[in-house]
Amino acid sequence: MSNEDILNPKQMPHEPEKATLEGKNKFVGFWFFLGGETVLFASLFGTYLALNDSTAGGPGTEELFGLELVFVMTMLLLTSSLTSVYAMYHMKNNNFSKMMVWLGVTVALGLCFLGFEIYEFYHYIHEYEFTFRSSALGSAFYTLVGFHGGHVLFGLLWIMTLMGRNAKRGLNLYNAPKFYIASLYWHFIDVVWVFIFTVVYLMGKVG
Amino acid sequence: MSTAVAQKKGFGAFMWDYLTTVDHKKIAHLYLVAGGLFFLLGGLEAMIIRIQLIKPDNEFISAGLYNEMITMHGTTMIFLAAMPLLFALMNAVVPLQIGARDVAFPFLNSLGFWLFFFGGVILNCSWFMGGAPDAGWTAYAPLSTTSPSHGVDFYVMGLQISGAGTLIGGINFLVTIVNMRAPGMSYMRMPLFTWTIFVTSTLILFAFPALTVGLFLMMFDRMFGSVFFDVAAGGNVIIWEHLFWIFGHPEVYILILPVFGVFSEVFATFSKKRLFGYSAMVFATVLIGFLGFMVWAHHMFTTGMGPVANSIFAVTTMAIAVPTGIKIFNWLFTMWGGAIRMTTAMLWSVAFIPTFTIGGMTGVMLAAAAADYQYHDTYFVVAHFHYVIVGGVVFGIFAALHYWWPKMFGKVLNEKLGKWAFWPFFIGFHLTFFIQHFLGLMGMPRRYWKFLDGQGLETGNLISTIGAFFMALGVIIFVWNIIYTHMKEPKASADPFDGRTLEWSIPSPPPFYNFKQTPLVRGLDALWIEKSEGKKAMTPAEPLGDIHMPYGSIIPFVMSLGLFIAGFGFIYQVDNPVWLSLVFIGMGITLGSMFVRSVKDDLGYHIHKEDLEKGDGQL
Amino acid sequence: MKGWMGKFRALFLLGSLSLILSGCGVDKVSALKPEGYGAELLYDLMILSIAIMIFVFIVVMAIYTFVLIRYRQKKGQEDYIPKQTEGNKMLEIIWTVIPIILLLVLAVPTVTAVFDLAEESSDEADIRIDVTSAQFWWQFDYAGEEISTSQDLYIPKGERVYLTMKSADVIHSFWVPSIAGKIDTNPGDNENTMYLEATEEGVYWGQCAELCGPSHSLMDFRVVVVSPEEYEQWVSDMQNADPEAEPETQVAQEGKEIFENNCLSCHAIGSQPKGVGPNLTNFGDRTKVAGIMEPTKDNIKQWILNPNEIKPGNTMPANLVDEEEAGKVAEYLMQLKPSEVTPESAQ
Repeated sequence: MSNEDILNPKQMPHEPEKATLEGKNKFVGFWFFLGGETVLFASLFGTYLALNDSTAGGPGTEELFGLELVFVMTMLLLTSSLTSVYAMYHMKNNNFSKMMVWLGVTVALGLCFLGFEIYEFYHYIHEYEFTFRSSALGSAFYTLVGFHGGHVLFGLLWIMTLMGRNAKRGLNLYNAPKFYIASLYWHFIDVVWVFIFTVVYLMGKVG
Repeated sequence: MSTAVAQKKGFGAFMWDYLTTVDHKKIAHLYLVAGGLFFLLGGLEAMIIRIQLIKPDNEFISAGLYNEMITMHGTTMIFLAAMPLLFALMNAVVPLQIGARDVAFPFLNSLGFWLFFFGGVILNCSWFMGGAPDAGWTAYAPLSTTSPSHGVDFYVMGLQISGAGTLIGGINFLVTIVNMRAPGMSYMRMPLFTWTIFVTSTLILFAFPALTVGLFLMMFDRMFGSVFFDVAAGGNVIIWEHLFWIFGHPEVYILILPVFGVFSEVFATFSKKRLFGYSAMVFATVLIGFLGFMVWAHHMFTTGMGPVANSIFAVTTMAIAVPTGIKIFNWLFTMWGGAIRMTTAMLWSVAFIPTFTIGGMTGVMLAAAAADYQYHDTYFVVAHFHYVIVGGVVFGIFAALHYWWPKMFGKVLNEKLGKWAFWPFFIGFHLTFFIQHFLGLMGMPRRYWKFLDGQGLETGNLISTIGAFFMALGVIIFVWNIIYTHMKEPKASADPFDGRTLEWSIPSPPPFYNFKQTPLVRGLDALWIEKSEGKKAMTPAEPLGDIHMPYGSIIPFVMSLGLFIAGFGFIYQVDNPVWLSLVFIGMGITLGSMFVRSVKDDLGYHIHKEDLEKGDGQL
Repeated sequence: MKGWMGKFRALFLLGSLSLILSGCGVDKVSALKPEGYGAELLYDLMILSIAIMIFVFIVVMAIYTFVLIRYRQKKGQEDYIPKQTEGNKMLEIIWTVIPIILLLVLAVPTVTAVFDLAEESSDEADIRIDVTSAQFWWQFDYAGEEISTSQDLYIPKGERVYLTMKSADVIHSFWVPSIAGKIDTNPGDNENTMYLEATEEGVYWGQCAELCGPSHSLMDFRVVVVSPEEYEQWVSDMQNADPEAEPETQVAQEGKEIFENNCLSCHAIGSQPKGVGPNLTNFGDRTKVAGIMEPTKDNIKQWILNPNEIKPGNTMPANLVDEEEAGKVAEYLMQLKPSEVTPESAQ
């Protein structure tokens, strides 16, 4: 397939993200990468579970966490996962403008999530003096949740860069895989959050 | 005047070529040179350690410097010598063995190398910037988190950056092997070396993130005031041990599996026989890789995990001996009935069998958890892992270099010098390390700066040091062999050893696009099948056509340089926040180059059919 | 190894192995000269595993030697192509099953030994000692006896002594090769336990086996094994030791004063209060100064004046006193001999 064909496909194939060898490589490679990310988060979860009682005299999880805010955050992120699915659906149908709209909604939801998370951290630090340095629990909590937040931020920057770069030229076989793996990444972040919600917040609140 | 300018220009272009290359064969050269230099450095550190231990109560180097030596020797040899040398082999061989024109992600391949390289440079900068890390290559907290110099900071940043490079390399080879195999090459027709690289890459993928997290926790504790390992604030130092060994044990198999692959190729080629029990070998490789994740805590039998955990990990560890044993016997029976040619590559491989058998046996002894209460952290362990890592990995790398040198550089390494390098190294190796088993049992713990008079340890240590000098001699002869070969030896043919796999079907060294036409693979030992049917070359799977190639890029180098700069910022911002500016500059460079890479299309170019036909005569 | 022939051969092999190995190392230092319950148990396990391994090694080497001699390519046969065998099911099953059996033979005693050595004290009457490691010395507190000492650990022969291990700073590892295996001492809540049961009297070498800083290799200690009667005596002597007792000589009296003004803030004499440095109650009976030097007055002086020259990285400050004062302190310390029972008794 020549470069012209890739940048100006005559018609979109059924799975545009896997239509070229490069696309296929990206697709497989990204799945492997997510496998590695899983180990990364598993290690962070392990560390957190080992330290979730180590309050060093400071506030514990039951005292700190309020489920209302976290529930809203969970809903935001879950919804954003759904909207990114819509975006990919439109990508497959070669409907570029609808894809961009749904990606835009995804980004907006992600930004809201991030805003709430920053508020949450601010709240813990100022109301409870619960910081990264105050106890081993604090170190473990901010590291685990912060790593996730960092992933969200990176994902947002990534999707926005892709949207900006391709705003004028539409879909082709070169950028379709890029959009696709960005959305895979977004789903992964979402799944990690479900675990954080369960392990950190629910179990922390219920004991 | 004009010639000097031309040469200078030539050198500049040569450097630029290597700085920007995304060709897996050139990246292999980079890995080989960088890994080789670090290997010499690690060897020098080893010699200093052995000189310090030549006699009791020696004062050759100070206690603090000694701890820096052992830490840097271990870290350098594992992360900066063994790993990159294996990456050199992977890069040089795997795409050729599967009939591919390059790896799946040529750009990332280059990025992986430069990350590793800059990580290694950061780590070694510590020598000149207030002292190297001194908490052992295992860097157990809280010794590492409370170590007063910046040494451990360099360890954290260096390994974090080079570890990222390794992870990228691992993913790259996984995808390459999954997606880029030539037509007809099913998984069960892949050469065993490719198989071992496949499993190794999987191990890298799942093991390195644990180290990444461990290093982050250590970095946060040392640089940003978190308290993961500070027991006064509720921290727990055992977390580091777990994270380190969840990475660290698979790491051992990451090192050893590729050389298992090398030996499988070498034994088959130089016995002129198909590998005995190929499917069992594949199965054993996968099983070792799988079990490799179930045994990490056998490094922690004396940590105090309790009898239940100790027993479980003892039994799973012993289980690994079974697939390893299968491999040893399969190699023996590959040679059985063959026509053995004792070339230097074969010599290293043949020497590996008894050496590694001893290493494996002491491994089983160590797996007996209770007995490990005596062996743990003694010279017995030192002897064991050197038998495995030197007797396995280093012997394997030497074998591989002799075997694939013509494919990498177009010349066969001088056989006579090769054997001269082998014997002092082999004899020196056993002199150095065999006696250490007994030193350990006689009560000498490892990482001892001094041993005292009157404990019966004098003779053993002296013999060990003498052996080390023999090993050094062997390495010097090997280096001389490289120089000699490139000055005196003639150009090698495409297939100098009567090889069996695809890499021997193309010229030595191969053209930059590897295969003019992708070959059709009809079974295991693809080339051997064609040769045994009297054909001279592989049957092509496609008509001659345009070949798509990627462009070179300087971005990987710049991206890694950014992290390198940021690394120093992270290390020194503890002393003075002004250094944070370096963090921002460095991260800015890295993220900026990622952004550039994102928005600039890189579609590569095509070599046209006509040019390929024209070049036919020269290839 | 069920048949009598097998049994006989195995015993013979084990016996001769033991003989060869026990020639290695120095008494009271080497793990190959076990004189304690744990060390003997582990020694037997070691011998068993070595025997199995030697059997495997012989099999491998036999095939190996045969193959390398028999199947070398001969001159003039360069064109010979051997038969390309794919494998052999039977053989492959054999070399999978036999190792599994051998490993089971090893695994069973291993697991038994692991549980055996994990036994913890269940009786209040047991001798229980809290071991605390620090860079680069060892503190021993006898639970319920109000005895604290450091560097020399006194235990009775033939009795199980239960140790609870922790660390005051980094991770260390407690190892007395001739009596038992080792276990790490961790900081924080991760306390470990082990027991010592010596079968002979004597002074045993103990050492740190986990890298703990510059003087890791110098963090030696001694285990003094005495008869149960002598041990009783030692306990009562230590309990009755009077930290305030006036030394006999004038020099030592002056030394005591200097000691109280300069050293007492870290070094306790008597079991109270706990100091951050080694307890010196029975310093005069110590086998070594700082775990490594002969207990002479000169060595003690040298140590007091500049401890970091001898054990780099330790926290005792240098030059707190001048040379003359150091001599007097040494004189005072050397006469701190509260008990008749000394390392010499342990013969």
